[in-house]
Amino acid sequence: MKFTLSWLRDHLDTDASVEKIADTLTHIGLEVESVQDKAKALAPFTVAYVVSAEKHPNADKLRVCIVDTGTEKLQVVCGAPNARTGMKGVFARSGTVIPATGLELKKSSIRGVESNGMLCSEREMGLSEEHDGIIDLPEDAPVGKPFAEILGLNDPVIEIKLTPNRPDCTGVRGIARDLAAAGLGRLKHEQPINIAARFNNSVQIGLRFDQAARHACPVFAGRLVRGVKNGPSPEWLQQRLRAVGLRPISTLVDITNLISLDRARPLHVYDADRLKGEIHARLAQPGETLLALDGKTYTLDAEMCVIADDSGVLGLGGVMGGESTGVTETTTNVFIESAWFDPVRTARTGRELGINSDARYRFERGVDPDYVAGGLDLATKMVLDLCGGEPSDLTVAGRAPDTRREITFDPALVEKLCGVKMHQAEAMGILDRLGFKATVGTRVTVPGWRPDIHGPADLVEEVIRIHGLDKVPSTPLPRAAVVPQPVLTPMQKRVRAARRTLAARGLSEAMTWSFVSQAQAALFGGVAEALVLANPISADLDAMRPSVLPGLLAALQRNAARGQKDLALFEVGPQFHGPDPGQQTTAATGVRTGAGPRHWSKHQWAADVFQAKADVFAILEACGLAPESVQVSTDAPGWYHPGRSGVLRLGPKTVLAHFGELHPRVLKAFDLQGPVAAFEVVLEALPAAKAKPTKTKPRLEVSDFQAVERDFAFLLKSSVAAADVVKAAATADRALIESVTVFDIYEGKGVEPGHKSLAISVRLQPKDRTLSDADIEAVSAKVVAAVTKACGATLRG
Amino acid sequence: MQNLETTERDALTRIDAALDEGALEAIRIELLGKKGSISELLKGLGALSPDERKTFGAQVNAMRDRVSARLADRKTQLGDMAMEARLASERVDVTLSPRPELSGRIHPVSQILDEAIAIFADMGFSIAEGPDIELDDYNFTRLNIPPEHPARQMHDTFYLKPKPDGSRHLLRTHTSPVQVRTMLAQKPPIRIIVPGRVYRMDSDQTHTPMFHQIEGLVIDESAHMGHLKWILEEFCRALFEVPKVEMRLRPSHFPFTEPSAEVDIRCDRSGAEIKLGQGNDWLEILGCGMVHPKVIEMCGHDPAKYQGFAWGMGLDRLAMLKYGAPDLRAFFDADIRWLKHYGFAALDVPSLAGGLSR
Repeated sequence: MKFTLSWLRDHLDTDASVEKIADTLTHIGLEVESVQDKAKALAPFTVAYVVSAEKHPNADKLRVCIVDTGTEKLQVVCGAPNARTGMKGVFARSGTVIPATGLELKKSSIRGVESNGMLCSEREMGLSEEHDGIIDLPEDAPVGKPFAEILGLNDPVIEIKLTPNRPDCTGVRGIARDLAAAGLGRLKHEQPINIAARFNNSVQIGLRFDQAARHACPVFAGRLVRGVKNGPSPEWLQQRLRAVGLRPISTLVDITNLISLDRARPLHVYDADRLKGEIHARLAQPGETLLALDGKTYTLDAEMCVIADDSGVLGLGGVMGGESTGVTETTTNVFIESAWFDPVRTARTGRELGINSDARYRFERGVDPDYVAGGLDLATKMVLDLCGGEPSDLTVAGRAPDTRREITFDPALVEKLCGVKMHQAEAMGILDRLGFKATVGTRVTVPGWRPDIHGPADLVEEVIRIHGLDKVPSTPLPRAAVVPQPVLTPMQKRVRAARRTLAARGLSEAMTWSFVSQAQAALFGGVAEALVLANPISADLDAMRPSVLPGLLAALQRNAARGQKDLALFEVGPQFHGPDPGQQTTAATGVRTGAGPRHWSKHQWAADVFQAKADVFAILEACGLAPESVQVSTDAPGWYHPGRSGVLRLGPKTVLAHFGELHPRVLKAFDLQGPVAAFEVVLEALPAAKAKPTKTKPRLEVSDFQAVERDFAFLLKSSVAAADVVKAAATADRALIESVTVFDIYEGKGVEPGHKSLAISVRLQPKDRTLSDADIEAVSAKVVAAVTKACGATLRG
Repeated sequence: MQNLETTERDALTRIDAALDEGALEAIRIELLGKKGSISELLKGLGALSPDERKTFGAQVNAMRDRVSARLADRKTQLGDMAMEARLASERVDVTLSPRPELSGRIHPVSQILDEAIAIFADMGFSIAEGPDIELDDYNFTRLNIPPEHPARQMHDTFYLKPKPDGSRHLLRTHTSPVQVRTMLAQKPPIRIIVPGRVYRMDSDQTHTPMFHQIEGLVIDESAHMGHLKWILEEFCRALFEVPKVEMRLRPSHFPFTEPSAEVDIRCDRSGAEIKLGQGNDWLEILGCGMVHPKVIEMCGHDPAKYQGFAWGMGLDRLAMLKYGAPDLRAFFDADIRWLKHYGFAALDVPSLAGGLSR
């Protein structure tokens, strides 16, 4: 919403500066976006008289001018072809900053002749691109006067950002009312307008709605003015509209635009001679079209409210008029419409058709239903004043919606909600200045222009925003405890632990979109139709991700394209399993690729299944779960390499994690080279830590007796899992065997095809004595027997 | 006697001339071994008279001790020389780089979230979370956003495809549905902050279709705007790690709060980066207000008894402001160069005691 200072002063009696006004507007909730004060920037530019303009002694195209600024006579060298003796132009003396260049004009010598300023073109002042010559002012331009005043630019333009709840401030008078309430002046009194009808309105007005749609346009008032003379509007009106960015059209149209901006009351004018039959409001027929005033043809649907006559649709109610009945220079009989259109329907129509008009802007916020006739009278008076003619009586179809309401308001609520002590009289005074009528005691009547006010809290907002939010005292919130209790939930702790653990292990945290393309999702199990967005921002972000991996792989690809090929990324974020709220889990997901930079040490790192497994184990440990307690299986989902991946479970059903190298098909889809190790840990699936009464750890049990290590090599089928061998060995004598580790695997020469040699180291830790050779032999025999039996192995000789 | 002196002189000369431990050992055996020349001299003592044995024996023993000592000295000397030679041969170029290691980083949004949690947890707030896919009812209706509100249009809100019954879920446009969930599930007093991903149909340098919000909610019987102001002042001062933050509350409008306000902080935008706590510009950082009585009612509590306030702000925006990352889109691009530059070390865990940042 834009307006000028002088326009505001038409309604507000104030001597406040534009700065003070802008500051106050922001403080009362009408946030100022900009104040454009061209006069200020152009202040040094004044009207000057060119006493003489002679050819430059050393240059054919330059002239040496003597300029009378009103206070002194200065010599100026000028290159403009139209500089001549006796003209009046715009002068800037040395020291002036030229708006177009931002440079300071310096006193200089041009080809040996001193120059003390400049005669300006429009471009140099940032007014237009015109640079063919210097500005040539009329002869009566007063020498010495600021040029901005001649131009009518001495009127700062203020633009405010309106919140959608303030339709009243889509008119300058509403803004003036708010400022007056804030103590910045006095709202000027309005003289009531009396239009003396000279004849009966011959234009029939109708509302053609069925019961259900009546609210689309409950009231339609009109008046005919005969014998007007339309044409360009007077300069003051054109200037006012231009100042706020509107193009003057003709007096009749300019009047409606002015009232729309002045009173938040959109109107429409029709050439009455082009109307056929009853003018009426109705819903459009599906497929009806309208050539609107913006020159475009719109196809309408059955939810749109139109104004029509026997010839068809004339305009979109509350949005835009049509070409067919618009007023022209030759219009002599004008029909003025003042109606009220439903905000919701108006918004929908504008949105569907993509029309953003000043009328829509106001009607969709809610125009004052009590000002239908008032606005029409004001328009009639202006038409009579500016275009002549004689008015008919005012005819109305329907009735304005009754929005009158009373709110019981206890001013003490201001202190209760805002912590600000205020006298009742002060609070009620603010409401009164805003147009609320306090009736008996604390009952407050809401004015028609405030459709946003419904309850006591709304009135508190009115009072506090005018009184000043800066008066709200900063008040410490009472503390519940001196040392606060921990607040993170176990799940929140897991998320933190997973993040910091992975970062410590060299992975960098990414955050990627929660949506991916359906094609990408298909590589990771796909998404149900119910998880596809109805209105994606683009086709490649149209499905809720079933896994975090596609986002990370796309990130690897982008990084690779930038030459970053050795990296590890992770993300802890949601993945989606179903379309209902809560059908999502939090996955700690990571990817590693590349072997590291080439290095003199030949050191490289691995992006393989065991690296991924190590990452998963680290997360489990960080979340309090011993990795030995989980089961490993080889049934990882299809996006992993079938022979180099695994699943970690806790019990048969609870899947904790997938890990492994990714399937080449997936890598190809993401245009990635080389192996990528990946893992996905579902943090919700981890078991809750057991609640313990104290934080005491169990006693440390260490043995003082010598531990013994014994190595065994077994021959067994290649398909036997190492974990089975380890488990069989470890359980051969639980009391004595502390740990079993695999230290060698061999397949090839010397070993039967389809078989492997697997070597384990068994560490024996006695607790009560030193082991004798016989003890060691006995345990060894048990280990061999157990492994032989459980794994079909034979001890290698 | 002459014989003994010559033997000793020869022995010592040979010991000193030995060039390695092997040669030295051979000399030792030659002299002091079972059949060594000095050992032989000792063996020969038996053939002498007791007097001769006494004097000559003492001389031979003394000589043997001196030769042994010289052998030991020479051995130590040769050992030291060998070690020095080995060390000299083991010299490497220490200007070479160490073996490369991957170094991971924490995303600035996670970091700023941990910072915010450190501050709010100290004020007694707990952290509430909710689903990304939400009910229309929780995202809009119970927050007093009526069906015709512009925010509900397809150009602002992401919707999932409609279900067979015509209802459709959406991606939450703010973290506020968690307010609804919390109020429906628990009785006041309530003090929560709600961080999370939110979604809006927007895309340019300062808007992305997904971003992060953090909002707060306090509901009890007396919480008022003065408390809200204090919390926000304390939060901003602590988060931005400046002695003082000058803050301005400006009336505004949100459907779910009444009165509503936007909060600006004083800053200086004259340079390339925004400096907080100085200058003459104001920067809007959040929206807030007293929870609308209708919202309290629709969430199952009596607005005549309970009141409170809420605020919401962009977590990514806070990170941008505090750490100077200029482009929001980069937050979601996972450019490793960006993550290394704007990210944080794993062990930089923010705390009030140690400071939120290094």
